[in-house]
Amino acid sequence: MDRRNLEEGFFKIIMAGSAIITVMSLIFILSTVFIKGLPALSIDMIIKTPQGGYYIGREGGILNAILGSLAIGTGATALALAVSLPVVFYLHIYRRKKSKFSKMVRFFLDVLWGVPSIVYGAFGFTVMIFFGLKASLIAGIFTVALLIIPIMARSIDETLRMIPFEMNESCLALGSTRWELAAKVITRQAFPGILTAALISFGRGIGDAASVLFTAGFTDYIPYSLFKPVATLPLAIFFQLGTPFPEVRQRGYASALVLTLLILAVSVVARLMSKKFVRNIIK
Amino acid sequence: MYYRTHISVKNLNVSYGSQKVLNDISIDIPDKKITAIIGPSGCGKTTLLKSFNRLLELQEGVSIKGQVLVDGEDINDPNVEVTHLRKKMGLLFQRPQVLPMSIYENVAYGPRLHGIKDRKALDDAVSHYLKEATLWDEVKDRLHKPASRLSIGQQQRLCLARGLAVEPEVILGDEPTSALDPISAERIERKLLDLKNRYTIVLVTHILRQARRLADYIIFLYMGNLVEHGPVEDFFENPKDPKARAYISGQFIESSDA
Repeated sequence: MDRRNLEEGFFKIIMAGSAIITVMSLIFILSTVFIKGLPALSIDMIIKTPQGGYYIGREGGILNAILGSLAIGTGATALALAVSLPVVFYLHIYRRKKSKFSKMVRFFLDVLWGVPSIVYGAFGFTVMIFFGLKASLIAGIFTVALLIIPIMARSIDETLRMIPFEMNESCLALGSTRWELAAKVITRQAFPGILTAALISFGRGIGDAASVLFTAGFTDYIPYSLFKPVATLPLAIFFQLGTPFPEVRQRGYASALVLTLLILAVSVVARLMSKKFVRNIIK
Repeated sequence: MYYRTHISVKNLNVSYGSQKVLNDISIDIPDKKITAIIGPSGCGKTTLLKSFNRLLELQEGVSIKGQVLVDGEDINDPNVEVTHLRKKMGLLFQRPQVLPMSIYENVAYGPRLHGIKDRKALDDAVSHYLKEATLWDEVKDRLHKPASRLSIGQQQRLCLARGLAVEPEVILGDEPTSALDPISAERIERKLLDLKNRYTIVLVTHILRQARRLADYIIFLYMGNLVEHGPVEDFFENPKDPKARAYISGQFIESSDA
């Protein structure tokens, strides 16, 4: 075999190997969570709050964290959507594509995307203190919203880039205002993309521990007020895995399994729904 | 021959960045006639067409100088509502661009924007303009199906219906038949001839025979300059400019002064 064939073979093996490592790591993670978590998972765990006065103790369940995470995820996604949509519409419909302003906004969003979530947590904490707010659901929602806005805005941005310019032109040629173009046409055309962006961001937000550590706090109760602390699944897992008790640690894996399944369900729903809504889309 | 003027262009200069696209164009577009803008690719035909309804200003890095008067009114005057101006002009593109909604909603889109809310009135408008665009028989049983499922020829007729439904005075066509099969193209051509008694029609085309079949008036552009314009017979039978003569006879244009 000559040198070029060897070279070809060598790099092919590296590439295929990397692909296999990627796939295997997902399988390993999922199977670890399943194998360790499934035995401890019970109905009680999903429908009960922690019992016995002990933080995430041996009794009861993690309903507080499940509901808390859902509340923070939903609230943050709604808030982030309320900011991201206007930003992206402004860039695409009111600004020219190559304007300096648009470039600057995109650059800032990309930088924000890279900011570690603990920094968002610390920032949220500072702002919270400034407003005299304690760790609470609302503080958690705001912080997680900040964390996912760049992700959501840039994903929607990419979706809107795919829309042919002629669609804008033909809509404006009919006498639409830019706002009508955005609200009646672009939103429809981009709907599957917007939905996917929202659900990806939801998944990202619900799984983040560092941003809620100081801002949402933790509690054994299910969420009942915007101004009281809420529990979240990532923190529940963190606390459970940090205990010296093997059965509590096992419950930590069960919590991780719940969180994983939740995110899995969200991405499956995202795929199904975006299929459903492509009916009217112009390809 | 005397023509009443509908759109009047005065000393129009357009450039994209440093590249000049239209060079001091002054031309009157006759009312209720078909005017064809012809010329080789890149000569500024589409740019001229899009200057009439101010779609041009959406282009990247464009600068526009000069005047365009529609019904005697300067369209760039700050008092002119751009939506109102555009409502006066239906636009057909090279490739039909339907909106991401049902066939019915596509036609009803314009009337809804301009304030028609009554269901019955909308139904009537939709069926009327679909008939006008000779699409009704093909779609009357599936009005609420996505417009994207129509063939490209049907989509172009849907775009025509959609454009007519805003009740414009002018129909602008940017090579509206070039993406269509011959039969669909012919239907569009027939329809345009049929509509010219009621609308001022301006077509960009690179098909000389089409210009000859449809147009009453010809505008010949070359490299951003207005080279020749006149009634269709004069232009084709007796072109004055050597470039126009060469273009009509299918020769290369000697670009000595380009």
